[in-house]
Amino acid sequence: MEVGKQEKTTNTHATGLPRWLMLAPVTLLAVIAAFFAFGLTQDPHSLPSTMIDRPMPDFSLEALENGDAPLANSDLLGRVSMVNIFGSWCPSCLVEHSQLIEIGQSGLVALHGVDWRDPPGAGAAWLAQYGNPYAKTGMDRDSTLAIDLGVTGAPETFVIDRGGRIRYKQIGPITQQVWSETLLPIIRKLQSEPT
Amino acid sequence: MINEIGLVALVLAMMSALVQAVVPLWGASRNRPALMRVGSSAAIAQLTLISLAFACLMSAFATSDFSVRIVAENSHTLKPLFYKLTATWGQHEGSMLLWVLVLALFGAAVAAFGKKLPATLRARVLGIQGLLGTAFLAFIIFTSNPFARLNPAPSEGMGFNPLLQDPGLAAHPPTLYLGYVGLSIAYSFSVAALIEGRVDAAWARWVRPWVLTAWCFLTLGITMGSLWAYYELGWGGWWFWDPVENASFMPWLIATALLHSALVVERRHSLVNWTLLLSILTFTLSLIGTFLVRSGVLTSVHAFAVDPARGIFILAMILGASGGALTVYALRARTLQQPPKFAPVSREGAILANNLLLLVATAVVFLGTFYPLIIDALTSDKISVGPSYFDTAFAPIMLGVIIVMAFGPMLRWRSDAARPALRSLLPLLVSASAFGLVTGLVGQSLWGGVGMGFGAFLLGSLIRWCVVRTKLGQVNLSQSLFLARTFPRSTWGFMAAHLGFAVAVFGITAMSAWETESVAAIKLGETATLGDRTYTLLSVKIENGPNYEAQRLTFAVSRSGSPEGSIETERRYYPERDTTTTEAGIRPGLLENLYVAAGEESANGAFVVRLNHHPLAMWIWAGGLLMASGGFVSLSDRRFRVGAPHRVGATSIARA
Repeated sequence: MEVGKQEKTTNTHATGLPRWLMLAPVTLLAVIAAFFAFGLTQDPHSLPSTMIDRPMPDFSLEALENGDAPLANSDLLGRVSMVNIFGSWCPSCLVEHSQLIEIGQSGLVALHGVDWRDPPGAGAAWLAQYGNPYAKTGMDRDSTLAIDLGVTGAPETFVIDRGGRIRYKQIGPITQQVWSETLLPIIRKLQSEPT
Repeated sequence: MINEIGLVALVLAMMSALVQAVVPLWGASRNRPALMRVGSSAAIAQLTLISLAFACLMSAFATSDFSVRIVAENSHTLKPLFYKLTATWGQHEGSMLLWVLVLALFGAAVAAFGKKLPATLRARVLGIQGLLGTAFLAFIIFTSNPFARLNPAPSEGMGFNPLLQDPGLAAHPPTLYLGYVGLSIAYSFSVAALIEGRVDAAWARWVRPWVLTAWCFLTLGITMGSLWAYYELGWGGWWFWDPVENASFMPWLIATALLHSALVVERRHSLVNWTLLLSILTFTLSLIGTFLVRSGVLTSVHAFAVDPARGIFILAMILGASGGALTVYALRARTLQQPPKFAPVSREGAILANNLLLLVATAVVFLGTFYPLIIDALTSDKISVGPSYFDTAFAPIMLGVIIVMAFGPMLRWRSDAARPALRSLLPLLVSASAFGLVTGLVGQSLWGGVGMGFGAFLLGSLIRWCVVRTKLGQVNLSQSLFLARTFPRSTWGFMAAHLGFAVAVFGITAMSAWETESVAAIKLGETATLGDRTYTLLSVKIENGPNYEAQRLTFAVSRSGSPEGSIETERRYYPERDTTTTEAGIRPGLLENLYVAAGEESANGAFVVRLNHHPLAMWIWAGGLLMASGGFVSLSDRRFRVGAPHRVGATSIARA
């Protein structure tokens, strides 16, 4: 495009192109940089404010165990539930694992797992080795749900009310303290809410 | 102690980079030869110091010095020595150190091999390289110190991501960086030329080898990365349009455009402004690629450093380096001497057309990569862009690229008529369309047929080009062979690279249109089927590797009843990181790859087995390798050797 314009004006010596055109690249760079700067100001930890009280995004994840029904929105309706994002590659997930098993056994809440960014089979092997606390587990190999949820790292846990809306997001491992002081009170409160 | 030497060397390297930046630039503006000469010594000092720092870090990994934070976090005493050493660049800090090492290497290469350059140009190129070095070394020292200590030191390291424990991946970052960072030379030459206000054929001859070198390594790096994803990630895919892949692909697209436009500057002295702009844009995209990977601004399979502070630093570098260069461009480019005219139908015209197509392709990839960020900024919705966007937007542009690639070499420089070129390719056009139609109908795929047809057209046009150039059929065979032998190396390079592209087009088309898959749960002795092949699970064994234990599954393959040997797959368990990896069983072949991946054993003793048939898969990487080797062959052309034009002239006169 530039050269086409140059051709017409070649005879009129050195001032070939209009000045605004020469400024276009640097202007474009400024616009792009502004978007990047915005991207950097997005603190991943501030995300709860945008996802909280929103309905869980539409999803349907292939089950970890072959042959099981997929994990989908319908699994989250009617009961207060927790969705835990984990991966066999994630050391902190192992930290919270014993606590999750305790929660799963207590039956206080429906606990579902999302196996994130794992190669086929790795998540199932990991659960086979350390125990499976989840009622249902879906695979999110391509981060489809993780991106919708704005997951920035594993583990992350979402507390979802009976209507399928996200009510709380826990970033990082669930310790005994987090469970008894933060999550359990929230779950109790949600369970007492009228539907 | 060695650790502290490394840190001191790094700080001294930053100081010599600063000297390299300030003194020659000042000397060039005052025309003081003594000051300009400082640039070379500083560049070599900078390389020596960074090499020393790098060696120190490597020795910390080799001796498993866990008092160094990144060694403790990324290494382990049980790891084989080779992977201990390659772990040096297996994490953020070390890979940034490798980045500046390569930058200093290129700077020192200009100092060492650029003796024939005009003194002011050389001083300015080195000065700008010095500025880049200073910025990146400051980035490392202030935000990503690789020599940070850990107190108390742990007795054992935290291991290493086994996915990254692979010779291909160990070589991947250095290769990619030689490409990324090599493009900084084109950038420095362009900014220096803008400051000097002079661009001529000699300038293009100096820049082209650097661009070509960078492009070759970038091609090689991308090809290796794709191959690694194919055999190691266990997904059987070869390209995912992942942001990190795109980060290396965008500079490659523009570098390809730059390579060709610089050729026009050298041969015809046209497209000067355009080439300068492309040089700056190429390196800008290298920097943006770094930003993308290092800031964690986008979610990706690869992202391993999520740190806004680093992101802000790199963003500032992009603004300084690219913003500065583009401002100089806006101010100075119009004052450059205007190029000679050329007609739209000409070799230059074709190259410009393909340049624009490549630029549009880059824009498509860029938009797809950053669209989630843009939408988030404008509407605060979280979205992701899938491969289907890239495939549908990118493929048609590439078809345009192929058409121009077929016609361009047939055209003469400056001005040509479209009709003879069209007439000369018409029979080919007809037969390629027929080929595409037949393969499309047989394979029952529209895009498959289109891709094969276009690939055949490109391949045919290359053959046609050879026939025309060697006057094959017009003169006798020995004369044709003699003509072929007089081709300069760069012509062979051109043919190999374009052939490589055609080969890759075939591979990509076949893999996109005709890949087949089947999944089955089978027990020992049972059989799964894909197409006309059957796979029988023969044995399940436990084997021990150096730092993992593997479950090895052996499958007997047979096709329509006749046996075809066996394929093995492994699942490796690494206790130190508590991770399992899948080593897919792949039987590569000229026309097809057989690909088997197995999941873990379920309670009833069955294994979930995924079988894939990958037609022409190897052609994708073979094409990439051919392209890179074409570049290397061109690079060996004597015209690229410094001062060679005189000698070539002299010998040819002597021979005559």
